[in-house]
Amino acid sequence: MKIIVCLKQVPDTETQIKIAPGGEKIVTDDIKWVMNPYDEFGVEEALRLKEKFGGDVTVIGMGPKRVTESIRTALAMGADKGILISDAALEGSDSLGTAKALAAVIKGLQFDIIFTGQRGIDEDQGLTGACIADLLGIPQVSLAVKLEVAADGKSVKVNRPVEGQTLVVEAQLPVLITTQKGLNEPRYASLPGIMKAKKKPLEEKALKDLGLDPAEVGLGGRKLKIIKITPPPARAEGKIVQGETPQDKATELARLLHEEAKLI
Amino acid sequence: MEHEIPESLALMLETVRRFVKQDLEPISKQVEDEDRIPDNIVQTMRDLGLFGLSIPEQYGGLGIGVLGECMVYEELSRANACFRTRIGTNNGIGSQGIVIDGTEEQKGHYLPRLASGEWIGVFALTEPEAGSDAANIQTTAEKRGDFWMLNGRKHFITNGDIADLATVFAVTNKTEKAKGGITAFLVEKTFPGFYVGAIERKMGMRGSHTCELLFDDCQVPAENVIGGLSMVGKGFKTAMKVLDKGRLTMGASALGSAQRLLELSLDYARQRVQFGRPIGEFQAIQFMLADMATQIYAGRRMLYHAATLRDRKGTAVVKEASMVKLFCTEMANRIADMAVQIHGGMGYMKDFPVERFYRDLRLTRIYEGTSEIQRLVIARELLKGK
Repeated sequence: MKIIVCLKQVPDTETQIKIAPGGEKIVTDDIKWVMNPYDEFGVEEALRLKEKFGGDVTVIGMGPKRVTESIRTALAMGADKGILISDAALEGSDSLGTAKALAAVIKGLQFDIIFTGQRGIDEDQGLTGACIADLLGIPQVSLAVKLEVAADGKSVKVNRPVEGQTLVVEAQLPVLITTQKGLNEPRYASLPGIMKAKKKPLEEKALKDLGLDPAEVGLGGRKLKIIKITPPPARAEGKIVQGETPQDKATELARLLHEEAKLI
Repeated sequence: MEHEIPESLALMLETVRRFVKQDLEPISKQVEDEDRIPDNIVQTMRDLGLFGLSIPEQYGGLGIGVLGECMVYEELSRANACFRTRIGTNNGIGSQGIVIDGTEEQKGHYLPRLASGEWIGVFALTEPEAGSDAANIQTTAEKRGDFWMLNGRKHFITNGDIADLATVFAVTNKTEKAKGGITAFLVEKTFPGFYVGAIERKMGMRGSHTCELLFDDCQVPAENVIGGLSMVGKGFKTAMKVLDKGRLTMGASALGSAQRLLELSLDYARQRVQFGRPIGEFQAIQFMLADMATQIYAGRRMLYHAATLRDRKGTAVVKEASMVKLFCTEMANRIADMAVQIHGGMGYMKDFPVERFYRDLRLTRIYEGTSEIQRLVIARELLKGK
């Protein structure tokens, strides 16, 4: 089974995000970059399928050189081959531009299943997976929490939650599946795996290798433009309940919960 | 000298940090209360490759070098010292005798088992009458045909209760002792006459056990002398070489705990309000925090410098290793004391991790060479003109 996992590098969830002057970007100087957590579920699922059916796993990432670290992490987890798409002309691509670049690379590869995270935790758009599937003309099943590939390796059943219920979707391979929390528990990149990853192939591709019109990608090719980023409102300061006796305090607390918080 | 971290080591540390945060920190108190590390955690440690950090790649380990090993220990010691101790003997005193002086056959046979964590290796030198005076061991080994007969008692043996393989030091020539009468043996737990004695009750380091190992006409095959029969009588030198390497890693463990104590103290100083403001606004607390951070900075620079030097030279850095062990362990104890002081009454309570670190760290000034022995080593090296 040939499996492809698309991964994005995003700021670590514990990073304090600061908005750059101008309000259209974030400050990236002190950010710690990690593999998008939703993509990790895809890497893990790909490895489990490889363990069951044989075959190989290729991970594809796009972005600056630092994305290599996340590709290496996937290789250390057990993926076989990495591809980094890196070109200054691709910087600033929106989801569609990114999907065009990824699809251009994937077109040259053999594949049965493509995994992408259901969304990137940075911009939360959730578009790239669907765009890639459309560009490749293959079915897409989104938000997988469980999947089962038929023994003959020709079709897959995917569970996805819908409003408290479960929808089971069947699709023929090749297929693109977007992954989310609950699908699996991603393994650690083991230390021996990290040593082995150093020797695994990692190919780099630039825009000219993709056969795309530069006008379709990068900042110039954006169909969506970010006008403004605003921080979440600061949390209101806590209130210390005053009172002479515990009874007074409890009475006051009950009043506040009823009248101000309107919880009781 | 800068301490460049290769990309692969940076990725390894990333994995270890994540493991510490997700899996170890949340169970540190449970391990303390139950005095054992859960099996699934030990299995994850095996899967991650943590038992083979220092064992060369051709024998199934990672061979990541002393600096890398130290950095991994720093991370593990942030949670609970017993996690470091569990992998510590396989990477250190329980395997290094074989790595440094073993025959090719011994390396091929034992090291892969230790590197995978399938076996636990321990180091049995200390005896009731031989602590800092290590040459005063009483355990004897007599050659009888194809076997050595070992008789004697070792104590304070870290991981002794779960040991599969012990590097045991015994007297083979009573008149020569350290000068040529002590031999290092590889003793498997299945050898007849090998017994695990009482588990010792300690002040701290719960989750890691130390115990007695007893040898009652214990039969050890003739070839199980570390380095082969030509090394009979040269065991004391092997012991000293093994201990020398361990000093840097001991420093690293103390440093990792000290760093965590500083972070806990900073959090507490920001949150704890007395006299209407966070105690971090009081100079008395600020001075302690400043002293803690300054000493950690000094200790870390020393450690990384000595470890880098050792990796580059490939040989012992005797004086520097002793300096690192002395400074980092003494420093970490001072920091533990300050951390308790900053936490006040809470620092004395079992509900907070600070008192556990305080007890656990006390051992670092004693085992694998007391602070006093480190000073002796440093002074001797100085007087030799080194």
